[in-house]
Amino acid sequence: MESMLHITTLHYLILGAALFLLGVIGVLTRRNVVIVLMSIELILNAVNLNLVAFSRMWGGLHGQVFAIFVITDAAAEAAVGLGILIAFFRNKETVNVDEVNLLKW
Amino acid sequence: MFFLDHIWLIPLLPAFGAAIMFFFGRKLQKATVSAVCVGSIVLAFVMACGAVSQYSAWSSTPENFHKPYQTVLYTWLGTDTGRMNYSTRGGSPAAFRADAGFLLDPLSSIWLLFVTGVGMLIHIYSTGYMAHEGGYYRFFGYLNLFMFSMLTLILANNYVLMFVGWEGVGLCSYLLIGFYFHRKSASDAAAKAFIVNRIGDAGFLLGMFFIASYFGSLSFMDVTAAARSGHFAIGDPIITAATLLLFVGACGKSAQLPLYIWLPDAMEGPTPVSALIHAATMVTAGVYMVARSNALFVLAPKSMLVVAIVGALTAIFAASIGLVQNDIKRVLAYSTVSQLGYMFLALGVGAFAAGVFHVFTHAFFKALLFLGAGSVIHSMSGEQDMRNMGDLGHRIPTTHRTMFIATLAIAGIFPFAGFFSKDAILWETWSREGGAYRILWYVGYATALMTAFYMFRLMYLTFHGRPRMSHEVEHHIHESPISMTAPLVVLALCAIVAGWLGWPHSLGGSDRFTKFLEPVFAGEARVLQEEGRTSQLVAGVEEEHNTGTEWLLMGLSLAAAGVGWGMAWRSYRHADKGYTEPIAAVAPPVYDVLLHKYYVDEGYDYIFTGRRKLGDVRLGVLGLGAASAWVDTNVIDGAVNAAGWITRLAATISSWWDKWIIDGIGVNGPAILARMLSYPARLFEWGLVQWYALVMTAGLVGFVFYYVYH
Repeated sequence: MESMLHITTLHYLILGAALFLLGVIGVLTRRNVVIVLMSIELILNAVNLNLVAFSRMWGGLHGQVFAIFVITDAAAEAAVGLGILIAFFRNKETVNVDEVNLLKW
Repeated sequence: MFFLDHIWLIPLLPAFGAAIMFFFGRKLQKATVSAVCVGSIVLAFVMACGAVSQYSAWSSTPENFHKPYQTVLYTWLGTDTGRMNYSTRGGSPAAFRADAGFLLDPLSSIWLLFVTGVGMLIHIYSTGYMAHEGGYYRFFGYLNLFMFSMLTLILANNYVLMFVGWEGVGLCSYLLIGFYFHRKSASDAAAKAFIVNRIGDAGFLLGMFFIASYFGSLSFMDVTAAARSGHFAIGDPIITAATLLLFVGACGKSAQLPLYIWLPDAMEGPTPVSALIHAATMVTAGVYMVARSNALFVLAPKSMLVVAIVGALTAIFAASIGLVQNDIKRVLAYSTVSQLGYMFLALGVGAFAAGVFHVFTHAFFKALLFLGAGSVIHSMSGEQDMRNMGDLGHRIPTTHRTMFIATLAIAGIFPFAGFFSKDAILWETWSREGGAYRILWYVGYATALMTAFYMFRLMYLTFHGRPRMSHEVEHHIHESPISMTAPLVVLALCAIVAGWLGWPHSLGGSDRFTKFLEPVFAGEARVLQEEGRTSQLVAGVEEEHNTGTEWLLMGLSLAAAGVGWGMAWRSYRHADKGYTEPIAAVAPPVYDVLLHKYYVDEGYDYIFTGRRKLGDVRLGVLGLGAASAWVDTNVIDGAVNAAGWITRLAATISSWWDKWIIDGIGVNGPAILARMLSYPARLFEWGLVQWYALVMTAGLVGFVFYYVYH
């Protein structure tokens, strides 16, 4: 089947951008702190996708190695984030991000 | 020449007595005190007689003819270093010099004799009078100190040493008037005497300054010679000023208007003090000074006119007050003021010898009157008010007779002493050219009438009439001891005889008194002739023409004396309890004014001392004090208070500024501004985490766009 769409790097980039955008919108919009953290993971993974796509494009492994680092970093960050979330929940009895407004004037 | 060479001993003997009293007087017996003090004066009198007789011999030798005798002990003020040099008004060089020098000429001889003579008699009298008083040694010490000062005054050969004596007699007058210092009236009187004297002394000093600057010397001989040299014109303004100022000093010392007020109050002192100081000696110091300066006065006819007018006015003024006084010593005090007026009248019309003659006779009869009054007071156990006396004549006969002689003398009855001297004065006044002198003669004539009246009033009220005293006093009346009556007798003899020394030419006498004084006043004859005045000193021509007039005037003055005597005889001869004063019967308001001495003391209190207020205002010296206090309280303290108020005001303003402006605007202003600016600023702080994230993202996108499209 030759009229099949060639999957070029661009497609991966667009997918990555779309995932990034979704993640950003989730961070900015979602009420639940856990969902916000998940959205942050999404952003990080979108970045991973970008890195791997460019690694395939250029033929070296730099991108992939970088992606391994980012995954590690995302895992640590998720652990810390969840720790903050637990502390936050202990104080406020809620996971509504709108309740984090002690600096409100 | 012993007495002349040692003339300085004469003042020194009483000074010695005073010194002994000062150091040892308290421990001495009364007899010792009397011996030392009276003895010193007796010795001084003997020496004085010796000195005068030796002087007469000395000055009648051809080479010393009519010259004064001068001896200088040492230079008191003055130096050879030239540091006291100055130049006179006319530009000639002069050196200030005042020696401790003594001058004896006819003028000072007369004063010397009667001062020591009368002083001696009064000292003897005082031993009797003060025998039962406390402070005996103090009294005699002061008396001796007074004699020392008076003799220094008389014998000085320059104005400065005379001023030392002048001040000394003023001091002793203060000490002796205030002898009974427990009495407020006595100490007040003493202060009054000293202060009024001091006012006169200011004039004397100013006169001396003028003389020193004009003549370049203060020695009598130099000044007299310069004045007689013809170098100065008659009517010279500086000499007029100097002589007027000297006369102010004489007014203070010799109790003329307007400075006579101390003399009646001075009667607070013991009677011998009144006799010595305020009758015979101190008050004549002014006359002496004017007579000594006769060369200057002759060059200033205006001053002489002033002297004559003041003298005449004083004479009649004091005589009028003496008409109604009830205290025996007050009458005699006003009589003294009045007779001193006569003396100045004489000096003022140029009759210097007549004035000196009156001083001489007055010393005797006035001292006699005062000592007699003291004897009366002594016998009346201290009573001085004549309303409580009467009928003493046969109880104290010696006192009565001697006082009667003195009264005849002062009234001017022939041939007693006062007649000749007073008549000489009146005659000289009449024979001067000019209407003013006739008026002065009338004044003098009226005064003579009044004198006779009040003196005989005194005699009748005291010695005649019915007794008006209380019974206890009446029982104690006794004649005084011989220590008191003997001087009275001696003085009475003098009062009879002294006048005969000046027996006038018109009555066939030789007027030795005037002749004796010729060397002192002879220069005046020339000057007075230049002024076209007649003078008794120019012998010969005028006398024959005017003898008739002189007899007429003598008769008139005898008539005046007689009329005065008769009026007193009629009113007071039978004075009983509650007798009426004739003046009070005729014109009560006049009587009141005279009794209150024309309210002069009250007037002075209003104007000069300020002891009485005029409404709300106080004038005079105390008024100056009150004004100064007012200035201090209101003006000066007001300024201080104002400065404080201004400081408080400044502080208030400063604190307001600090609180509202500096703190309010400066410090709080930015804070308020910051707060106000924070309102819009804090709108950004919503506290929403996702909003922050959105803003971050937006910023990031912006940056990316910027880098991509730039």
